[in-house]
Amino acid sequence: MEARRASRTVSDPKVRHVGFFTPDPNPQPGWNPLASDPPVSNSLSPVIIPPPRQPADRTAAVPVPETGVRRQTGADQVPVGSYNPSESLLGSSPVPSSPSSRVGLAGGEFSEESNGWFRRSDSGKFASSLPDTMVERAPENSASAAPVLESKKSVEATGKGGKAVVEEQNEVQSSSKPLKAKTTKAERRALQEAQRAAKASGKEGNKSAAVSQGAAPVKPVKQPSQKKDGPPVSVSVSVSVVSFDKKGGDRPPEKERKKDVPAPRMQFDDKSRVQKAKKHAVVKQTEARNRVELFRHLPQYEHGTQLPDLESKFFQLDPVHPAIYKVGLQYLAGDISGGNARCIAMLQAFKEAIEDYSTPQEKTLARDLTAKISSYVSFFIECRPLSIGMGNAIRFLKTRISDLPLTLSESEAKAALCSDIEHFINEKIILADKVIVRHAVTKIRDGDVLLAYGSSCVVEMILLYAHEMGKQFRVVVVDSRPKLEGQALLRRLVAKGLSCTYSHINALSYIMHEVTKVFLGAASVLSNGTVYSRVGTASVAMVANAFHVPVLICCEAYKFHERVQLDSICFNELGDPDAIAKVSGRTDVNYLNNWANKENLQLLNLMYDATPSDYISMIVTDYGMIPPTSVPVIVREYRRDHVFI
Amino acid sequence: MPDVQVLVNDFINKLRKRKIEGSQATSRQTAELLRSVISQTRVPYTNQAGALIDAVRAVGEQLIAANPVELAVGNIVRRVLHIIREEDLSLATAAVAGLGLSSVSDDEDDSERDNHPVLSAAVVAAAARSTLRPPSLQTLLEDVPDSGAVPHTSSSGGDSEGKSKSADKSSRSRKLKHDVIEALNELIQDITTCHELIAEQAVEHIHQNEVILTLGSSRTVLEFLCAAKEKKRSFRVFVAEGAPRYQGHLLAKDLVTRGLQTTLITDSAVFAMISRVNMVIVGAHAVMANGGVIAPVGLNMVALAAQRHAVPFVVLAGSHKLCPLYPHNPEVLLNELRSPSELLDFGEFSDCMDFGTGTASPLLHVVNPTFDYVPPKLVSLFITDTGGHNPSYVYRLIADYYSADDLVVQRRPPTAS
Repeated sequence: MEARRASRTVSDPKVRHVGFFTPDPNPQPGWNPLASDPPVSNSLSPVIIPPPRQPADRTAAVPVPETGVRRQTGADQVPVGSYNPSESLLGSSPVPSSPSSRVGLAGGEFSEESNGWFRRSDSGKFASSLPDTMVERAPENSASAAPVLESKKSVEATGKGGKAVVEEQNEVQSSSKPLKAKTTKAERRALQEAQRAAKASGKEGNKSAAVSQGAAPVKPVKQPSQKKDGPPVSVSVSVSVVSFDKKGGDRPPEKERKKDVPAPRMQFDDKSRVQKAKKHAVVKQTEARNRVELFRHLPQYEHGTQLPDLESKFFQLDPVHPAIYKVGLQYLAGDISGGNARCIAMLQAFKEAIEDYSTPQEKTLARDLTAKISSYVSFFIECRPLSIGMGNAIRFLKTRISDLPLTLSESEAKAALCSDIEHFINEKIILADKVIVRHAVTKIRDGDVLLAYGSSCVVEMILLYAHEMGKQFRVVVVDSRPKLEGQALLRRLVAKGLSCTYSHINALSYIMHEVTKVFLGAASVLSNGTVYSRVGTASVAMVANAFHVPVLICCEAYKFHERVQLDSICFNELGDPDAIAKVSGRTDVNYLNNWANKENLQLLNLMYDATPSDYISMIVTDYGMIPPTSVPVIVREYRRDHVFI
Repeated sequence: MPDVQVLVNDFINKLRKRKIEGSQATSRQTAELLRSVISQTRVPYTNQAGALIDAVRAVGEQLIAANPVELAVGNIVRRVLHIIREEDLSLATAAVAGLGLSSVSDDEDDSERDNHPVLSAAVVAAAARSTLRPPSLQTLLEDVPDSGAVPHTSSSGGDSEGKSKSADKSSRSRKLKHDVIEALNELIQDITTCHELIAEQAVEHIHQNEVILTLGSSRTVLEFLCAAKEKKRSFRVFVAEGAPRYQGHLLAKDLVTRGLQTTLITDSAVFAMISRVNMVIVGAHAVMANGGVIAPVGLNMVALAAQRHAVPFVVLAGSHKLCPLYPHNPEVLLNELRSPSELLDFGEFSDCMDFGTGTASPLLHVVNPTFDYVPPKLVSLFITDTGGHNPSYVYRLIADYYSADDLVVQRRPPTAS
C-alpha cells in the first residue's frame, strides 16, 4: 500500500495544482484535512478546484473519505478507461498523471502500474454489482433530473461503502496472483487497443508490453473478491461513485464515449453483409417480393413459408437448444407478442438453456456461453427482429456472464446466472410494471374518459387496477388494422365490467372530444424523448395534442435506450404484407386478392412508429413520472446500473 | 304530374336508405330529378320563375330532409334555384334589350318622347353590363353623365319587366323553361365532367419523382393522378386504406391497373410515412363556405400529420361539392354513424355482456363515424374545376354558384321574385 502511494503522489499534485501536494513517504497528513471534513469537500471541490477538463474524475473522487485510496483509483482511471496514452496526452492539462506514471513505469516500477490496474479492475467489479442500490434509489434519482444532485447523493452514499472499499482493496492486493488467466473478447480488444495506442504515442515496446500486462489481469482479479462477498450491497453503493466519475463527468475518456455509442444496425440493403449473415442462418427465409423501395434497409421475408419446415426440423437442429427453438418458433408464428412477453419468454428460454449447458473441454464457461448466447440471439433475430427491451436484456445477460468470476465452479456459475435472470424478470419487468401502475393510477380521477390504443399490458393493468380501486371512469379503446389488438383488450376490459367505447383509429378526431387522458404503451423510449411504439401511437398522440388532451406514456425503464431516432423509417420492423390485403371478417373487401402478381403494387405493413417528444406530456416509468426531456438522464443512470447489474 | 312524384319518392327512398354513395352520383341524380320536375311543372302565365322555384323548392325540401348529411343534394337544389333566377333575369334583360333595340334604333334622337320602358331597358342593359365589367377609370374619375341614368333602374325596372312580360308571354313562358332545362343539362354535364377539368390541372401540381399520399378512394383523385401519369410524370403513390370501408384497396387496385407505382399502407402508418411524402391529395365529401372540408373519416388525422411535416394538403373538389353553409359543430351535426358491424362482429362480444342484469346502459359502445371535419387552416389548396383556390376564397367562389335567397331552402320563401 505504502509503496504504491508513493509513486501515485508523485503524479497527483501535478494534476490538481492545489495545495494537497505531499512528498512521497507519508501522504496521509496531506489528505487528512479532506478526510476530516468530507461534506465540505464534496460540495466545494467542484467549485474551488476547477480543473480545466475532466473535472468529474477528480471532483467526484476526491470527496470520498478514505481519500488516499479512492483518489488514486480516480486518477488511475484516466489511462485505464481509455487504455490509450496518446489520447490522454491530448487531454492536456489534467492528464499529466498518466504520462508521469508512465515515466515511473519506464523507470522500472512495473508492479506499481499493475497495481493500479488491479484497483481499477475491482472498481469495475463493484460497478457490476450495483443495481441493488440503484433500484432502491431509483424513484428519487429520476425525480431529480439534475445530474449534480444525483452525483451528490451517490457521493454521500459512498460514505457508508467507503470502508468496504478499503477492505476490498486489501483483498485485491492479496489476491492479485491469477494474472495470466484466459482473456475474454473484450479484454483482448482492450489489449490490442492499448498496444496500438502505445505504438502511436511513440514509446518503446517494453512499455506497451507493460500496459498490456496491466490490461490482461483486469477481469481475473475480480473473481476472488466477488466470490467472497457475493453480490455485496454496501460495496456496490460506493461503486456507483466510481462509475459516476466515469460516465457522469463532463468529459469522459474518449474510449468510454465511443463505447457508449450504439453500434450501427444491420442494414439489409448492404448486399455483402446480408450474404454473410445468411450463411449462418438457421432459418432460411425467402425474400419477400414487391418490396417497398423506402424500406430496403429492413428485412422483409415471405411469411409463414418457413414455419412448417422449421417445425419438422425441431429434433434435428443441433446448435439450438430446444427451449430457444420453441420460443423462436413462437415469435415467428406470432404466438408471443408484446414487448414484455417476448422478453420474458426469451429470458426464460435462456435460463433453460443455461441450466442444460455444460462447458466443453478446453473452453471457459464465460467465453463459450457468451458465444452460445450470441448464436441463440441471432436465431431469435432470424425469427423476428429483437425489440429494444430484449436487446437490453441480452446486454445485461452478457455482461453478467463475462463478469462471472473464473473461480466459480460451473454449477455455481450457472446458478448465479439463472438467479440473475430471474432477478431481471422480477425487478425490471414485473415489479416495474407494478410501480408504473401505482404511479399512473394517481392520475386517474372520477369521471375521466381514458383513451387506450392497441393493447399494452401495462395500460391494461393500470385500467384494471383503477377499476378495482373503485374509480369511476370510461375507457375508449382505439384499434387499428391489421392486428386489431384492441379487440382483445376490449374483451378483457368488458369482461371485468369496465364501461368501454370501441372505435378505429380513423375516428380519433371524432372521439377525442370527450377524452380527458390518453394512456399509451411503448416498445421503447429513445434518449431524445422519442417514443417508439406500435404503429399508430404517433397519430393518437398527435390528435390528442391537437385537442389538448394530455398523453401519458407508460414504459418500463429497461426499454429505454440511448439510441436516437427522428422518423419511423430509419429503423422499423416490417410485418406480413398479406395481412393488409385481407380484411378479416369482411368478405366484400377483396380487391387485392392476388396482389403479389402486380409488380407496381406494394403493401407496407409497418409495425412501429416514432412519436415525437413534443406530443408527450409525461412518461410514467418505474423511476417515477418524468417529462420526455428527462429520458436521457434515466438512460444514462439506468444503463450504468443495468449493464453492470 | 304523378310520374314525377313517383320518381321523387323513389329517389327519396334511396337517399334515406343511403343507397346512393358518393357526392358526384348523388348530385347528378338530383339534378336529373329536378330537371324532370321542372319539365313536368305546368307554368302559369305570370310569374313563371316563381312557380318553378316553388316547385323545385318543394321537392328540394323533401330531398334534403331525406339525407341531411349528404350536402350535395342541397347544393344542387340551390344551384337549380339559382339557375332559374339567372335565366329569368337574363330573359328579362334580353327581352327588354330586344324591345329597346327595336325602339331605340329609330328614335335615338327624340328621347324626349314618352318611352319610359325603352329608356329603362337600355338602362337595365347598361346596368347588367356594368356589373359584368369594371367601370373604366374615366367614369370613376369624371362621373360621366350618361351613367347617371343607372340610379333609377330599380324604380323603373320592375314595371318595364311587367310590361315586357305582358308583351310576349307565350313565347317567353316556353323559353324560360326551355332555357332552365338547357342550363340544367349543362350543369349535369359539368358534374359528370368536373373531374376531367380538375385532372387537367394535375401537371401543374405533380412533379417528377414525387411521393403522393391519399386516403380512401375518390374518383377525382384517381383521375387526377392518372392525368399526371399520362403526361409522363413518374411518381409514386401511398394509399392509406381508409378503414372501415377500405376504399383504399379499390383505389390501389385501380391505380395499379393504370400503371402507377402504388404502395398500400394502413391508416395507422400515415404519420410514419408522411415525412417522406411531398404532397397529400385527397377528395372531399363537401367543402363548406368557410373553407372547411367534410371529408371521409380519418382525413383530419392525415391533415394534422401533413401540417406537422409541412406537407401541402390539397383537396380536390368539383363545384357541386361547394356548400354555401357555414359549419357549426360539424363533427357531430354533419356526421353520420355507421353500423358497428363494420368494426365488430355482432356475435363476437355478446358473451362479454350480461344482458340478464338489466342495467340501464350497456358496457360496450361502438363508434363508427363516416366523416371528419378538416378545418380550413389545415388545408393548403382547393383544386376545383375552375382552378386552384385558397380556403379563404371559398366563400367568394360560392357566391358565383348560389344566390343568397336560396341559402335556407326549408323556409318558405316570402315572395318569389
